[in-house]
Amino acid sequence: MKIAVQKEDFDVGAEIQQMQAATQRALGGQIGAITSFIGIARDINEGESITEIMLEHYPGMTEKALESIAMEAARHWKLVDVVIIHRIGTLTPQDQIVLVAVASQHRKETFSACEFIVDRLKTRAPFWKKEKTIQGLRWVNARETDEQAAERWNER
Amino acid sequence: MIRILYFASVRETLNCAEEQIVLPDGINDVQSLRDYLGTRGGIWSDKLTQDRMIKIAVNQEIASNDRPIKTGDEIAFFPPVTGG
Repeated sequence: MKIAVQKEDFDVGAEIQQMQAATQRALGGQIGAITSFIGIARDINEGESITEIMLEHYPGMTEKALESIAMEAARHWKLVDVVIIHRIGTLTPQDQIVLVAVASQHRKETFSACEFIVDRLKTRAPFWKKEKTIQGLRWVNARETDEQAAERWNER
Repeated sequence: MIRILYFASVRETLNCAEEQIVLPDGINDVQSLRDYLGTRGGIWSDKLTQDRMIKIAVNQEIASNDRPIKTGDEIAFFPPVTGG
């Protein structure tokens, strides 16, 4: 499992290759599928053009929260590996923000677990976004839809 | 002593990122701590006692208002998260 909170950009191809190589070394040919999600900084939010996004986090808790979410996914689905990389600091529109990659023997688990992890991190991982627009700086508001998306996993 | 951290818009509104205080007698859960900090009045009362949207972590784990707290704990107050 790889959990990282970092300023630097990540290379999706390299991360997935590393995940495959590490699993091959540790377990032999166990992976049948990998699903990945990349979150990208948008250039328009709530009708305004965004020029910059600042990502704040709770050092110490962020890594723990992401690890806890990955472990929760591993309890619900039979997974071989999970990678979560989330950036912090100042980003510009179209920058990569987060990578979630999940490997398993079968594709069904990877689709479900990946979506679960993304929905959970959007409501439980202590990051906060601040946007810069022409009008100035504003904190991004949490969305009702994110909370609903996370909650529907509780019913399954 | 307890360590209290404030993040994002909560930090900006209160103009405070971190503080350490002696845990007063009788304050033994999150809600009573919130009420205690709210007695500072003004924005402290608005944000910590009144605001229903405030989220809490105790020792870096999400917690709710009835979570017990004790000396040595780290408590954080912050708005709903917006990562991802």
